[in-house]
Amino acid sequence: MMFASFLLGRLNFDAFKHPVVTEGAAVGMVVGALLTLALVTYFRKWPYLWREWLTTTNHKKIGVMYLIVSTLMLLRGGSDALMMRTQQATSVGSSHGVLSADTFQQVVSAHGTIMIFFVGMGFMFALINLILPLQLGARDVAFPFMNATSFWLFTSGMLLVNLSLVVGDFSTAGWLAYPPLSELQYSPSSGVDYWIWSLQIAGIGSLMSGINFITTILRMRAPGMKLMQMPLFAWSVLGSMSLVAFAFPILTVTLALLALDRTIGTHFFTAGGGANAMMYVNLIWAWGHPEVYILVLPAFGIFSEIVPTFSRKRLFGYTSMVAAIWGIVFLSFTVWLHHFFTMGAGADVNAFFGIATMIIAIPTGVKIFNWLFTMYQGKIRFTSPMIYFMGFVFLFTMGGVTGVMLAVPAIDFQVHNSLFLVAHFHTMIVSGVLFGYFAGLTYWFPKAFGFKLNEALGKAAAYCWIIGFALAFGPLYILGLMGATRRLDHYDASTGWHPLFLVAGFGALVISCGVALQILQIIYSVLTRSWHRDLTGDPWNGRTLEWATASPPPFYNFAVLPLVRERDDFWASKQLAKPSNVQPKYEPFLELKSTGAPIIIAGFAFVFGFGIIWHIWWLVAVGFVGIIATLIARTGNDDAERVVSVAEIKKVEAEIVARMEHV
Amino acid sequence: MSELAETAVLHEERRHSDDKTMFGFWTYIMTDCVLFASLFATYAVLHNNTFGGPSGRTLFSLPYVLVETLALLTSSFTCGLAVLAAQRGFKKQVLFWFALTALLGLVFLGMELHEFHDFVAQGASWRRSGFLSAFFTLVGTHGAHITAGLIWMITMMTQVARRGLTRGTLRRLQLLGLFWHFLDIVWIFIFTIVYLQGVSL
Repeated sequence: MMFASFLLGRLNFDAFKHPVVTEGAAVGMVVGALLTLALVTYFRKWPYLWREWLTTTNHKKIGVMYLIVSTLMLLRGGSDALMMRTQQATSVGSSHGVLSADTFQQVVSAHGTIMIFFVGMGFMFALINLILPLQLGARDVAFPFMNATSFWLFTSGMLLVNLSLVVGDFSTAGWLAYPPLSELQYSPSSGVDYWIWSLQIAGIGSLMSGINFITTILRMRAPGMKLMQMPLFAWSVLGSMSLVAFAFPILTVTLALLALDRTIGTHFFTAGGGANAMMYVNLIWAWGHPEVYILVLPAFGIFSEIVPTFSRKRLFGYTSMVAAIWGIVFLSFTVWLHHFFTMGAGADVNAFFGIATMIIAIPTGVKIFNWLFTMYQGKIRFTSPMIYFMGFVFLFTMGGVTGVMLAVPAIDFQVHNSLFLVAHFHTMIVSGVLFGYFAGLTYWFPKAFGFKLNEALGKAAAYCWIIGFALAFGPLYILGLMGATRRLDHYDASTGWHPLFLVAGFGALVISCGVALQILQIIYSVLTRSWHRDLTGDPWNGRTLEWATASPPPFYNFAVLPLVRERDDFWASKQLAKPSNVQPKYEPFLELKSTGAPIIIAGFAFVFGFGIIWHIWWLVAVGFVGIIATLIARTGNDDAERVVSVAEIKKVEAEIVARMEHV
Repeated sequence: MSELAETAVLHEERRHSDDKTMFGFWTYIMTDCVLFASLFATYAVLHNNTFGGPSGRTLFSLPYVLVETLALLTSSFTCGLAVLAAQRGFKKQVLFWFALTALLGLVFLGMELHEFHDFVAQGASWRRSGFLSAFFTLVGTHGAHITAGLIWMITMMTQVARRGLTRGTLRRLQLLGLFWHFLDIVWIFIFTIVYLQGVSL
């Protein structure tokens, strides 16, 4: 018995017993994973996979891998959303729906956690990785090794969240795990520990990415590119990553303190022992509010690229756009208390945070107007990114208006923790963040993969998303005002909420059609890729540097680093283009060799996390020592780079020319 | 391109890469500042929540902590001498000063662990109260950083002994120096806010 508890901690057979719904999902996931592994083995693709992908340090491949993981997680988080909508549409009066109360709370917690950390953050890092170095005219990010490590830590965290379906259970304490509910006394199972350690591991990866991209932007711009000549996407990434650098250490601390409470019995947020649970709420929102802007700023940046391109006009008010970004960055650290006006901090404190919150609407409003003025008198092409943009402008403004309503403490007291709030923040995150990223994906897809996505299917998907969103979340605003609180697994028929929940459920189905169309769009576009290949490298008549190289770009992005003289330099150079016969002057450069260390470190981090979650202390030691040993071995490697010679550049450039002529 | 010109281009790129690393490391240190700031804030909120247990005034011994502090401050000085020696290319001096730094670091860490052990033996463990939870976590996080610094230092001493002061080891030594001085500064805040104020309040 002693030996078993040493060997397995608190892990036992009960951890594998689940309700039918969870069991089904678990079996499906495990079978899917095993099938994928079997196929890779059958086609003998392991060496290729290891050499070209798992050990890569190239930002474009890392971007593609982020994209794959976050797409899978979008499907997982979306399934959670559908389950919630089904439950709330059916669990009324004497009927109790399909999910038990406990399973429902797990689904709620998993949906929020996965959508923010593994869809939002993952999708964001996918697009930044794919595009940022190209926009800056750089050959890679500042620290490619750290970039790969960030990605694999993100994947480790993702695996831990999903492992909770198979082994043990997930947190029932909501996506931010407020104590004392999330403390050991009230949540004794492994659920909250899964939540803590998956976020801790992925969060450290995000923090490293933040440092990496800040350095990339401030140290790796193309020759001549001044800060005020950068594309707005790069500016928005700099703002967002500065927030990462300031906010994520707070998350690291908050999660660590909760973990200490649960693991070694400290009293930070417990219900006694001189602890202070409200401090958790303060700390988590000191990270959590900036987190919203971390996600949405890059989406703003994407729109600032898309709108000028598809309006054939220079962006209106570049300087004010930059100022607005930094206004938002600063203000986002001054509003965290509006998430808990009901804490009782007093009228003065609430008034300060209420006013600060309303002020944030000003720079955001500046951006909205600038985009609209950019479109004014432009030659607008209504491509699917523009449809997402227009859906965004309409819905996001509605979300902003309800946000200002919530910023009034007196109103907030009435609708605190209601579905009105849920509807508000989904409007910001879905129409702001997700629509922005979808638009960005469509826009930059040809750059990353060399062919365009099908526009008809893309437009249909965009309309499904916009209409579905309005149907799914419009009713929630009304329900919130009628008194429906969040996280309800059951309600009484006499509340009169049922019809509106049915409409919301229907809206979720329309969104699902949008997702199905997006999947169909990708499959169809891949199959018919020879019809709409991008041979020019500039399929949309773009303005910024990423369009100045081939699609997909060679591994070094630019054979000769571009020289930048002004804003939208690529656009300007196209206007006075004269085909030149001068042979470009190539120079050799250094490239980081691919390395297995990042995935090995992340593997040990996974082992470490799993060990702590189940109190298997020898496994924790193995994971910890493994990480340190791999790092030491890595720093001792002075042979990590290789020289890419002029001859090699010439060879790759010739291949690109041949590829274009061949097609 | 001639081989000579090629080397010049690559040399310039390597220099630029060292500059990037330095900048990135400063950014990391800034994020670590935020991490410690969060822990200080937590300590500030909880430092009166003794929950009937001992307070700082009954636990802390200032002379003991002063010795601990002096050991760490001296180690920062010897670390600075080590980095200076590295820039001048004196390998033996580098090893000597780093050995002394590591020794002082070990003294500091040993004294800290002894203090922790002493507190726990008196029944003042991190389970006792919110104040003690915050104390052990703040001071312990600094101690964990010191431990990481010591492991790094030993790794670097092995590398310098084996390979000498190459471009790679030189760059890493500079980062290590920066890290060690940073921990020193954090300790000064701990000494002031936790120990000095803890005894006087």
